[in-house]
Amino acid sequence: MNPSVIILRTAGTNCDQETVQAFKELGCDVDCVHVNKLIAKKVDVLDYQILAIPGGFSYGDDISAGKILANEMKYKLRNSLKEFVASGRLVLGICNGFQVLVKTGLLPGLDGVIDEQQYTTLTLNNSDKFECRWVHLKKVNNTSPFLKYLPEIIKIPSAHAEGKFLTLNDNILKQIEDNKLVAFRYSDENGNEVDYPRNPNGAVNAIAGICNKAGNVLGMMPHPERAFNIWQTPDWTDKKNSSISEFADGYYLFKSAVEYAEQLIKK
Amino acid sequence: MTEITKIKSDNFTYIELLDCNADDLITLSKDNLLSLNLKEMQAVQDYYKTIRRNPTDVELETIAQTWSEHCKHKTLMGVVEYKDQNGKIEIIDNLLKSTIVEATNKLNKEWCWSVFKDNAGVIEFDKDNGVAFKVETHNHPSALEPYGGAGTGIGGVIRDILGVGLGAKPIFNTDVFCFGEPDEGWDNLPKGVLHPKQIMKGVVEGVRDYGNRMGIPTINGAVVFDEGFTCNPLVYAGTAGIMPKSMVDKAVLAGDYIVAVGGRTGRDGIHGATFSSLALDENTESSAVQIGHPIIEKKILDTLLVARDKGLYRGLTDCGAGGFSSAVGELGEETGVEMSLDKCPLKYQGLKPWEIWVSEAQERMVLAVQPENLLELTKVFKEEDVEVAVLGNFTDTGRLVLKYENDIVCDLDMEFLHGGVPRYKRYAEWPGVLLKTAKYPKIDANKVLLKILNHPNVCSKEWVIRQYDHEVQGSSVIKPIQGKHEGPGDGAVVRPVAESFKGVSVSCGINHEYGKVDPYWMSLANIDEAMRNMICTGGVLERAAFLDNFCWGDPEDKKELAGIVRAAKACHDASLVYGIPFISGKDSLNNTYLDKEGNLLSIPGTLLISSIGVLKDIRKCLTMNLKQSGNLLYLIGETEDELGGSIFNVINNIETTNLPKVDLKTSKKTMDRMNEIIDEELITSIHDCSEGGLAVTLSEMAFAGGMGAEIDISDVNNRLNSYTKLFSESCSRFIVEISTSSKADFEAKFADKQLICLKLGMVNDSKKLLVKDNANICIDVDINDLEKAFKSVKW
Repeated sequence: MNPSVIILRTAGTNCDQETVQAFKELGCDVDCVHVNKLIAKKVDVLDYQILAIPGGFSYGDDISAGKILANEMKYKLRNSLKEFVASGRLVLGICNGFQVLVKTGLLPGLDGVIDEQQYTTLTLNNSDKFECRWVHLKKVNNTSPFLKYLPEIIKIPSAHAEGKFLTLNDNILKQIEDNKLVAFRYSDENGNEVDYPRNPNGAVNAIAGICNKAGNVLGMMPHPERAFNIWQTPDWTDKKNSSISEFADGYYLFKSAVEYAEQLIKK
Repeated sequence: MTEITKIKSDNFTYIELLDCNADDLITLSKDNLLSLNLKEMQAVQDYYKTIRRNPTDVELETIAQTWSEHCKHKTLMGVVEYKDQNGKIEIIDNLLKSTIVEATNKLNKEWCWSVFKDNAGVIEFDKDNGVAFKVETHNHPSALEPYGGAGTGIGGVIRDILGVGLGAKPIFNTDVFCFGEPDEGWDNLPKGVLHPKQIMKGVVEGVRDYGNRMGIPTINGAVVFDEGFTCNPLVYAGTAGIMPKSMVDKAVLAGDYIVAVGGRTGRDGIHGATFSSLALDENTESSAVQIGHPIIEKKILDTLLVARDKGLYRGLTDCGAGGFSSAVGELGEETGVEMSLDKCPLKYQGLKPWEIWVSEAQERMVLAVQPENLLELTKVFKEEDVEVAVLGNFTDTGRLVLKYENDIVCDLDMEFLHGGVPRYKRYAEWPGVLLKTAKYPKIDANKVLLKILNHPNVCSKEWVIRQYDHEVQGSSVIKPIQGKHEGPGDGAVVRPVAESFKGVSVSCGINHEYGKVDPYWMSLANIDEAMRNMICTGGVLERAAFLDNFCWGDPEDKKELAGIVRAAKACHDASLVYGIPFISGKDSLNNTYLDKEGNLLSIPGTLLISSIGVLKDIRKCLTMNLKQSGNLLYLIGETEDELGGSIFNVINNIETTNLPKVDLKTSKKTMDRMNEIIDEELITSIHDCSEGGLAVTLSEMAFAGGMGAEIDISDVNNRLNSYTKLFSESCSRFIVEISTSSKADFEAKFADKQLICLKLGMVNDSKKLLVKDNANICIDVDINDLEKAFKSVKW
């Protein structure tokens, strides 16, 4: 049996198709489902092993990025989401999806599956505007099932206006660091610390993505689904003469997740 | 026949027309912002004389919208009497048809699926899918309210793509902006005119916030500055989409429901279509500007394509200029319409029926729905919270009948409405070009080069490009920023179907400076540039198509109109020689400003050429940054003494008339040859020569790749002095980088000596661009300084 993936979308979601494509290329059965259908109980999230919340501008990012969809999930889908995560299934939030996850409290998950309050946020970039650029990320967590096959340094694109990761206070930041919940930090191609524009938004501790303690919920600002094959990368024309893999760095994140989901099914 | 019987009602008023004399008619047109001239008003009067009553306000507004320059293109489709520089007179019956469309018809490409009839042109992508492409302008609104005007500009052209045939899925956006000089003094601005920087900021943000929210990658564009655009900025917004072949045609049958989906109707954008035909002045109000809401449009995109694939409607168009009046009017042109304006969902109460009818509120689409599909269609939209309203029916009466509550507020003959507009006859006179030469000061090529790279028209537009998501959809293969050091790409390529290696290339050509001398040569240069840019990314001539976008000033000015005629003739001539058809286009005239002294200021006539191409294998695409030390550099194409209109002249404050003159046959041969060479994968990188000539092309390639080069230009047309060799903007030229292993095969491609292919030098690790002309070193500059000059402009 192939892993089944539900891509949750709503008004303003716009990275759903490339996320569908990434999972499909790895042999998953993928359904792209509007949140209204989950709320109306026409679709049950528990029928899937992976839930992905793709990028975009859900509801226009009115109020703040991802907030309205987060509230719908938190208040209308709470029980099934809780069960989904508690059972060890995978949740991936990319860009707007990451914003949604921190606003539902599924990340960082310091109080359990869903936090009682919002401990972290993703807010307006230091540059004050939307910016699209390729960034290097250093993998700093080795336990999340999403990260197994990822190289230590990856290059994928980021594209957002509200991506600066901040915590409620220093204590929360310490808990996140101490519990090794940071999945990725912005870096240079050698993994060194960086300033703007390589840290594209001014995130605290250059945090680009975090996971929960169990590692089965991952949120990240940059887009692995846009770096699945080499023809999506900005420098493939520089490497035409060298023998290169057809896959770009983002591929390995999806591969890791799908392999893990296959194991879940076997269990 | 239905009749308007009531004398008085709150829902409409009769406008006194029958008893008007000529002066009254003009006043009536002006007071109601109808933008109709005397002849047109008289045609309206004649119609009402035959039916022996006065028009209602709804009817008069309907006629004005339908007959507007914006909707009917009366100048380009009318009669033009053109007198050339020798006094020879030519009567041109329908300029558009007799030039651009004629060339397309002559070329008669079987892979052109829909040209010049729908919201966008459609060409074949593969046997199952077509690609639709359209570029629109939103100039007047962007002058008044840059953020809203530009945002709804991109929103509008996206709807054109959603509304072509039975709907296409957008795959990329392209945006070209023309603004006044960024360092324009505040005191020089006419009253009421926004500073070019304010306009630029608003426009960039407006397009950003709309385009990004729609999830469409913005992968191509240009930004141009000239003081001639201070009062009338130009905002070109383009979108391409992909659609199944079976969805290219639409139909409307009597009995179909008229269904509106999407946004509600409000009082925004009333008179947008007619106001675009008027000169701006200090009193122009911004209430004609529409208010955009991208998420509503995104919801339409999501649901419309579902309804399309289920076959739930058979006719479709978007509400653009003129709102329902244009959309419903056009769909029902061949049948008839009976519609109730009170059924339209409103943003707020209090709109008069005529306001509902002509409002240009955004994010609305009109569908022709088979009665049996209505229930299912409604369900598809409502499931994702998109509002659906059934407004009436298409009929077989040939009449446009509009109701509000119990009143008939409009009852017009479709034939009159669409065919009754009197044709314009306009006069064009081309004075010719008075030869102008200049004596140049002593040139320090190093300094000039850095100055050019730092010029707003040449320098990095990274500030703009990065604000647009050019990666969404995961499809962009060749991106607008290229090389490790972020050089300017020539064009872009997307791969719209992930399972296929086929690609779609997009590029553009625009240069208004040449047009100040002669729009004919400007247009050829723009077409040549669009094509060069396409070839540089890997696009091929045999599956390429063009769009034309004319932006001009006052068409009643004989010289201005002559410029349009010359530009159109150039499009015709080039199209035929290259074998590349135009598939769609748009003209925006009356880009004028009436200053306090009563002078009507026109913009520099500007023709934007956009190219779209389908290429077989994206793996053969190329970029412009230098790749490898030891590789060889070649110049292809002849360099002539053509500094007229060049950025070199602009920097040196010199005006000459020696424009780049495209030799169409040589150009075609060059482009074909480049296609072959690229197909055989003989080159490593390629960049075309445009603004700043050879020197700027080499500079950009070098710093973008972080590599130096040693160049010898001695053999570049030895009749020329060094600075002309370096900075002349002769067309049809490329610089290519090849590996030494490809040298023999590459040079063999030019063995027939029909084209000029000159070895310039070698790529090296020196981080220096060194250019020699015979014994002289004319350029010796660090590539970091080139990069700094290119990137250090602060907006």
